[in-house]
Order: sequence, then structure tokens, then C-alpha cells
Amino acid sequence: MLQSVAVTTADAHRAIDAVWRIESPRLIAGLTRIVRDVGLAEELAQDALVAAVEQWPESGVPDNPGAWLMATAKHRAIDRLRRDARLERKREEIGREVEAAQKLATAVPESSGDFGDDLLRLVFIACHPVLSTEARVALTLRLLGGLSTDEIARAFLVPESTVAQRIVRAKRTLTAAHVPFEVPVASDLEARLASVLEVIYLVFNEGYSATAGDDWMRPALCLDALRLGRLVADLLPREPEAHGLVALMEIQASRTKARVGPAGEPILLLDQNRGQWDQLLIRRGLAALERAEALGGALGPYALQAAIAACHARARTAEETDWAQIAALYDALAQLAHSPVVELNRAVAYGRAFGPTAGLELADALVSEPSLKSYHLLPSVRGDLLAKLGRSDEARSEFERAAALTRNARERDLLLERAAGCSRS
Amino acid sequence: MRFLMYEVDNSASANTPPSPALLAEMGKLIEETTKAGILLATGGLGPNPTRVRTSGGKVAITDGPFTEAKELTGGFALIEVKTKEEALEWAKRFRKIVGDGESVVQEVFGG
Repeated sequence: MLQSVAVTTADAHRAIDAVWRIESPRLIAGLTRIVRDVGLAEELAQDALVAAVEQWPESGVPDNPGAWLMATAKHRAIDRLRRDARLERKREEIGREVEAAQKLATAVPESSGDFGDDLLRLVFIACHPVLSTEARVALTLRLLGGLSTDEIARAFLVPESTVAQRIVRAKRTLTAAHVPFEVPVASDLEARLASVLEVIYLVFNEGYSATAGDDWMRPALCLDALRLGRLVADLLPREPEAHGLVALMEIQASRTKARVGPAGEPILLLDQNRGQWDQLLIRRGLAALERAEALGGALGPYALQAAIAACHARARTAEETDWAQIAALYDALAQLAHSPVVELNRAVAYGRAFGPTAGLELADALVSEPSLKSYHLLPSVRGDLLAKLGRSDEARSEFERAAALTRNARERDLLLERAAGCSRS
Repeated sequence: MRFLMYEVDNSASANTPPSPALLAEMGKLIEETTKAGILLATGGLGPNPTRVRTSGGKVAITDGPFTEAKELTGGFALIEVKTKEEALEWAKRFRKIVGDGESVVQEVFGG
């Protein structure tokens, strides 16, 4: 049944976009199950979209747009298989395709509602380790986020042709590698899931770091990542790291408003107006963290980072922050995922929890770390700890060094201010 | 963009509890929107609202139920989507399940 109300073309296109965003992931997933080739499945889905763009402005959006798109895509699939068969390709291949066509004709209708497994398989294909990270990101946003090539390009500040090429190559690679449409077996699951979560968190951070800019596409990546994360956690409810990542993203997203000042300047966590934190997202984040913890076992890197973020989220004022707990969580994180940046954060937590001497001890150990050589936060942290110990001269030179290293003008002003403050005392 | 969706008029079924079939359908939709990662919060609203009204600096409290047609009834959902059209598409899906009546879809600022 089609709606009788005629709509304007522009309205219709916006409505089609909305339907596409909702329906395309499971449409592509369902088609991949049938044709066993994600590239072909995506083309068929695109064919269906083209048909919708042609027909819906006239006819209105169908009552069940998902079923309409699937039926249309299946017809295209059968057309293609017949056409290909007429080309008289290798006999065995035709046999296979006829079989596939029969499967197609008898395939279960998609309205059954149980599309979760197909979606999960699609997630694992899009984030397959055979693909480069960039390709995984582009393919995931395209196949599971319903983003167009143009939207992905704008979000990642690269030319559209680059993204288009990445996606074409990625699909070719998947076909060539005969990547099966399946959820990885238990022994592979951990590594394969890590690849999925990495892609999602990368998308989130790309959006989160875009604090300013004229294009809303970049900040919107946070929403795409949250959607994907919630989807994966829902489909893999027994995986604590999936919930851990969701928790981390929800809590970080809760601070979006508070982390940028009126002039676009970054505001550090402890200086943020906590009244601007989104309590709904915080509650969702804490609930996701609870789910991760309830699954038992030691927390993974995402859940640990979420637990640290949760310590800040639970504190009503900066002074109420449970730094001893944060220090303990950084200890655990350093064991699991040791990195100079984690060490530096650990130094900050130690400084707050156990006094500046304890913090400085950890920070000093990083001075010779090559990867932090031009990282302004190291001298900035050391300057802060030295100032607290009353070692003003050393503190001043650290703040000056940090000011020289940062690329952010506002941060530079702030650091020079602190340096000047040291000389006065 | 966040949108609040709520029912303002379900007079056809206002005084009858939802059937098990309707509840099952609603459950499916909630599951679907949760899986899609767009449902932030949802809830049903109790049948007897209380009005708190100020007039000339005085506060008056009136217990429901109220008889006006456009009563906020049923339930609400807070969703986060990219466009208004996407919110409307979900609202359409909701309306198809619950039958005759009216929902309001309103953008929430500051979310």
C-alpha cells in the first residue's frame, strides 16, 4: 500500500535519506547472506535505492519501506544472475548461480525481524583485518552507518574520490580473499572484535576531536560511532569490551558541550562546568560499564578507560574526584596497554592522589621517552607538579617549554600565564 | 538531534490497558530502536497526572484525570537521530503499531 498523499520532491528525498539510514545496514546484510559477496550486495542495495529515488517522489514512501527495498534488490539480483548466465560463463559457475537464484527465490522474507546475526556478520566483514584501517573505517560507515561516500569524505577531510577508491578496493580485497560471511569462531573472536571496536573508537575520536569547524559532518561522527557501538554491544551482549567501549563513548560524549568555551577554546576536564555535562549520557555510560563489570573477569582497556571516565562523571565537583581510584585504574591500564601517554596520565593521577612527589617521580621517568619529546603535555604536567612542590624556577622553565611546543594558541597563552605566575612567587 | 515523541491523544484506547499483542509489537519496536542505537530513553506515563499551575503568584494543584482531548497520555521516547525526517520515520512506525491517535514529535534543545 502506498501513501496517497503526494509530497514534494525535496521532501521525498529527505524522507528517502531517512529510510536509507535506517534500512540500508540490514538490507545490505540480508543481501550479503544471499549473494555471499558484500560488494555485489551493496550494488544491489544501491540499485534499490535508485529505484526508490525514481519512484517514491511520485508514489510516496511505501508502508513498509524496508520490505520494498529488499524485494526490489532481490528482483535486481535475479535479473543480474539471469543476465550473467546468458553470457555463458563457465558451466560450473552457472550451476552455482542457478542454485543461488533458487535460494534467492525461497529466501526467508526479511520482515521476520531476526536480522541481528546478519548485521553482526556484516560488521565483522567491514572490519576484517585483511583491510587497512582506513578501508575498514570507510567501509563500516558506508555499509553500517548508511553514510554516502561524500559524507565520509567530508567527515575525514579527504577528497571524495579517495574514499570511493578505498571502498572499491576494500570490496575487491574482500572478494579476492574469499572472506566468509560469518561471525568469527570463539578462538578468533577476541582479536576480530578488537578490530571492530578499534574502528568504532577511531570514528568516535575523529568526531570528538573536531570541536570546531563549519561542517557538522565531523562532530556527527560521534553519533555514528555511538550508534555502531550500541549495535555491536547489543548483538554481542556477552562481550565486556563491547560494553566497555560504549560506556567510554557515552561518558565522553556527555561532556561535548562543556569542553569548548564560547570562543572555541578547549576547556580541560577539571575546569569544565559540570552542570553542562549530559546526565542522560552519563547514566547510560555508567549502566554500560556496569554491564561490562557484571560479566566478570578483569576489565579490558576500554572498560578501564570507561571506569576512569566514570570516576570523573560521578564527582559532582572536581574536588570530589576519587583520585586514588583513578590511580589504581591507571595502574591496571598501564599493565594491559602500556604507553607513554598512559604513563603520563598515571603521573597526573598519582600527583593528585598521593601528592606531587609521587606524581613527579613517574613523570620524570618519561623525560627521556623519545615519543614524548615534542609532546607539550609532559612539560606542562611536570611544571604543575614542580610548582606544587615550590620549585618555581624549574616549574617556570617547564611551562615555557610546554608553551613553545603546543600548537594551540589559547593553550600557549594559558601556559605562559602559568610561567609568569611562577616567577612572581 | 534529539527528539521527544509522545502521545497526545489515544482516546480510542485511553481507558483500556494495551493488549498483549500490542505490547509484543511495542517490545519489538523498542528492541529495534535500541539495536539501532537511537533510543536514549523511553517510558510509559501513569494515568493520573497532577497539574501544578501558577497564577498571580499563587500555586494551585489539581489532581487528574482531566477530560480535555489533547491530554498527554501513553508514553514517550527520547531518540537521537541525524535528521527530523529520521525521527518522523520512526514516529510513523510507532503509529502503525498503536493504531488511531496522535503523537507529537518535537526537537529537544540542549541535549
